[in-house]
Amino acid sequence: MKRNRLLNFVGKQAAKLIILIVVISMVAFFLVAVSPIDPVQMNTGQAAYANMSLEKRAQLEEYWGVNTPVVEKYTNWAKDIIHGDWGTSLRFNQPVLSVIAERFTNSLLLMIVAWLFSGVFGLLLGIAAGVYRGKLVDKIIKGYALTLASTPTFWLGLLMLMIFAVWLSWFPFGFSTPIGVSAAEATLGQRLYHLILPALTLSIIGVANIALHTREKVIDIMESDFYLFALARGESRGEALRHHCLRNLLLPAMTLQFASISEIFGGSVLVEQVFSYPGLGQAAVSAGIGGDAALLVAIAIISACFVFCGNLIANILYGVVDPRIRRGHGLG
Amino acid sequence: MALADLTVSVPVLAKARRKKLNQRKKTIVVFLFACLLLLGITVGGILAAETAVTADLSQKYITPSLQHLFGTDQLGRDMLARVVKGLSTSILIGLGAASCSAVLAILLGSAAALLGEKVDAAITWLIDLMLGIPHIVLLILISYALGKGFWGVTVGVALTHWPSLSRVIRGEILQLKETQYVKTARKLGQSSWRIAVKHMLPAVFPQFLVGLILLFPHAILHEAGITFLGFGLPPEQPAIGVILAESMKYLSVGMWWLAFFPGAALIGVVALFDLAGGSLRRLIDPHSAQE
Repeated sequence: MKRNRLLNFVGKQAAKLIILIVVISMVAFFLVAVSPIDPVQMNTGQAAYANMSLEKRAQLEEYWGVNTPVVEKYTNWAKDIIHGDWGTSLRFNQPVLSVIAERFTNSLLLMIVAWLFSGVFGLLLGIAAGVYRGKLVDKIIKGYALTLASTPTFWLGLLMLMIFAVWLSWFPFGFSTPIGVSAAEATLGQRLYHLILPALTLSIIGVANIALHTREKVIDIMESDFYLFALARGESRGEALRHHCLRNLLLPAMTLQFASISEIFGGSVLVEQVFSYPGLGQAAVSAGIGGDAALLVAIAIISACFVFCGNLIANILYGVVDPRIRRGHGLG
Repeated sequence: MALADLTVSVPVLAKARRKKLNQRKKTIVVFLFACLLLLGITVGGILAAETAVTADLSQKYITPSLQHLFGTDQLGRDMLARVVKGLSTSILIGLGAASCSAVLAILLGSAAALLGEKVDAAITWLIDLMLGIPHIVLLILISYALGKGFWGVTVGVALTHWPSLSRVIRGEILQLKETQYVKTARKLGQSSWRIAVKHMLPAVFPQFLVGLILLFPHAILHEAGITFLGFGLPPEQPAIGVILAESMKYLSVGMWWLAFFPGAALIGVVALFDLAGGSLRRLIDPHSAQE
């Protein structure tokens, strides 16, 4: 019985994911197809385009598939993808899958570091603010979180570059590896060194949400009867916090953190652009500017899957935390 | 002594007495500020339109001084004028996009709640779908589809921001449907349209207003982001995103003022409207004031 329900749950989620992928690929294809932007002109440049012979132009149009109808393009693409062929990125002149694999590992590294940073710091700041509620510490942390909610990610990135890379020269000015060293040759240390500044930017923004959430939870718990009872039993505040607060906090905080993956991804697109970091977001931007349909669609799908996984984990964690939701979901 | 005891035992009262401004007055003050700022920037934007694009090559790269408060850029254009003009463009797009988005949200939210299960399922699914793709990817796609430029950004932001508000409105209307007065109205034989307009709309309107005002800062931030990435306004229009994207080239030589002031001004506007929306919500929905 229990196994059946688990199978049911997995099947349902898999079906959801497949429908999601199909719909997103269709929407993305349609949007790219209706665009008035001519990919040939975008990629050859204004001057070269004007000087080009008509035959050459026709040849390039053929290459970019300008005149193929959308439906035909889509069915071709869909047929290929079932065979595991994601097409060729015309902009990068490489198979889409290899572009994505390379870019996604870079982005993933960045996002994981930022995600962990923001989770841990957010939790700590939230606890500090909650414990010293109404005091100066609380006001500073609250002000910090509220200000950051209205700060554009990329502007913060520019600021960090200015302060830490230009003025103090503590960190390199963007990129994921030292100049002249390819990604394969760079050591892990070098890569991490280049990663710190963008990751820090991302996590400074990401902290706000989780800090505010944790602060409220801490205040709730500190007003609860069981906390009062723990103090009455003679536990010190530190002990009571550790035993009764932290345990209640960790899971919801983790859930929130998983649910915020969409935001971290969005932020990483901007941050990668600022730091010239060769990640998925930067690839999306250049694919969008260059009209590279195959790559753009693939990135849309990958990002949606990524967010889907984050939300799924969050949902399962909700179930773990709260049995009422678990029953509704049918996960035993 | 007795008085001191009283203040200790009733902390809520004590707190209320210490505060000079109550929630309503605070909201009015914040709104006044926001409106003044809006007006100032709009007027300033019209006045500064000329200066913002006038290049003066003899006045390049001037650090902030009394003459040029925010300095000048690589073409000798006054940064203060550019920032004001850029903000007014951003605010215009933000307002337009947020309003469209809010209208979309109320239409879809109420359709989901009122038009039966199938419509509800479809719209809920659409909301989940929209929330499932990172905003920025969808924005890139939509603005690319519309050929970038003003309409690309506005439509993109309008189409991506409705889901969360729509969800709130749907929930609100579903609750309203179960209230006694709506049930009574139905029993009295009032038409669905009359119930929706007479009994539900006034109840949902405050939520809608708050949602609209809180959408606005979001819309501006996303507009700036997408313009910064190169999918929004063209370089001839000095939107904040354009200015910041241009400033990136000059960062490595230490021209901090090119990036610092436009961003700081943007934060100011966004934070003020966030505050306005937040305090309006606390006024309308006292539960949220408990934090």
